[in-house]
Amino acid sequence: MSPIALLGRIWLVLILIFLYAPILVMAAMSFNASPFYQLPFEYSSKWYSDMAGNEQIVTAAIRSVLIACAVTAIATAVGTAASVALFRYEFRGKKLLQALLFPPIAIPWLITGTAMLVFFFTIGIGRGTPAVIIGHVALALPYVIVTVTARLSSFDVTLEEAARSMGAGAWTVLRRITLPWIAPGIVAGALFAFAVSFDQFVVSYFLSKPGDSTLPVLIYTAIRKGFTPEINAISTIIIAISMAVMFLAARYSKFGGDR
Amino acid sequence: MAEVIHAQDRRRLLTLLGPAYLWLTLAVFLPLSAMLFFSFLSDMPGDAPDWGVTLGNYAQFLENPTYATLLWKSLKLGVTVTLFCIVIGYPCALVLAKSIKGRAREALFLMVILPFWSNSLVRIFSWAIVLRGNGVLERTLNWILPVDIRLNLMFTTEAVVIGLVHSYLPYVILTSYLALQAIDDDLIDAARSMGASKLTILNRLLLPLSLPGLLAGAVLVFVPVVGSFMEPRILGGRMGTYYGTVIEDQFVAVYNWPLGAALSFILLAVVLVILGAASPVLRRART
Repeated sequence: MSPIALLGRIWLVLILIFLYAPILVMAAMSFNASPFYQLPFEYSSKWYSDMAGNEQIVTAAIRSVLIACAVTAIATAVGTAASVALFRYEFRGKKLLQALLFPPIAIPWLITGTAMLVFFFTIGIGRGTPAVIIGHVALALPYVIVTVTARLSSFDVTLEEAARSMGAGAWTVLRRITLPWIAPGIVAGALFAFAVSFDQFVVSYFLSKPGDSTLPVLIYTAIRKGFTPEINAISTIIIAISMAVMFLAARYSKFGGDR
Repeated sequence: MAEVIHAQDRRRLLTLLGPAYLWLTLAVFLPLSAMLFFSFLSDMPGDAPDWGVTLGNYAQFLENPTYATLLWKSLKLGVTVTLFCIVIGYPCALVLAKSIKGRAREALFLMVILPFWSNSLVRIFSWAIVLRGNGVLERTLNWILPVDIRLNLMFTTEAVVIGLVHSYLPYVILTSYLALQAIDDDLIDAARSMGASKLTILNRLLLPLSLPGLLAGAVLVFVPVVGSFMEPRILGGRMGTYYGTVIEDQFVAVYNWPLGAALSFILLAVVLVILGAASPVLRRART
């Protein structure tokens, strides 16, 4: 191996350490008996049982998961429909519609979140779980549409034409030909949507009612009061879930299906 | 490919597209318009019966130099974080795309991207545990080195920069990697066979061809960093007052929504100018 290639590999390893070390430290500390993160390390699962007994954390966790499931269902259905339309039809204004998907991704969430707060408050939706779901779906939609459209772009339209020429109706073609082909894209899109909602902090922060918050919002409030190992424990669980979900999404969108 | 639209297809098109775009209108575009309207109000309509239309909120931005100073501070933070992400991330993308091959490359790429997709709040929190006084980092350094080191990194600007670089570094790696991977290896072989050095190949071939990807990554880092508030709050402590935290305060602590809306819109204008200036590059990066 040339010296440059070796140097490159060392660089890569250093970056991986930089990316993972704090997460691993946090996970390790959640099993440390000392409440002040004192070393030497002494194993204890105390913080996990404390966490499980903390009603606020458990309620917020259940709420977060339920919201994420609702968001996944809505965003996946609505987003897949839009992707099929954007792929199947040529029409005026299509470029504009595709461009409109970028503001929700590109504008800082601080701006989107506060704007949603102002608007929902004005029209009477107010703050609370419905507002959070409406906001999350809007953030998740572009991800679903982009993922499903990417999968569709490898779809052979002549398959549909062949099915239709043999007498299949539009609905049958959709159900038997198109949907099975784009299924991996839909699964990836759904996983993205789940992650966008489950990990979302900024928009939830502005839209949730005090005392009625999602898990990330609860954690933020708790951190600002001073942190406890209980937060370590729940944070470790969250990061494990969100990494697992994204790992699956990556497999489905990139490595799955057409290999 | 797709056929030209028929009258009967129009209804199907509307059924398929309608829900998604109605949703985006209700949850993104109308709120942004509502906030623009709010930014010109003197009071919250619900609170004060004598609310009126005014330019006062924007005038406050001009009259009180604190806001402009903080916006400038946030922009500088954006530049600093973006530069670090480029300097650290581009070589990493280069190694991944051109030096490592096969399954190892796919696995390593996924490992680099994975934390980026995970919960950003929790990752910032994990840095708080590492950086805090007498925390894990100081103890580790003191254990390795004989001298007593007091880093006191927590609640400093450095801590905010470290946390933000950690949050957004994978963006630059992702976009640069995609651009670098698209460069045909035959081009590099051709250059090498004609006697080009590694440095020449990098400067004359790889860097220019992957520049759109690198710049796209830079914009995608810069924009959210300028609007960040959670990271400075947790890692910056009293040093962590930025433009984003002031906007946050208007909505959750001071309850001056019209002023918050005006400040948000000024930020949005800055962001749009930057996105607009970068859009030719971004468009090239996507194709």
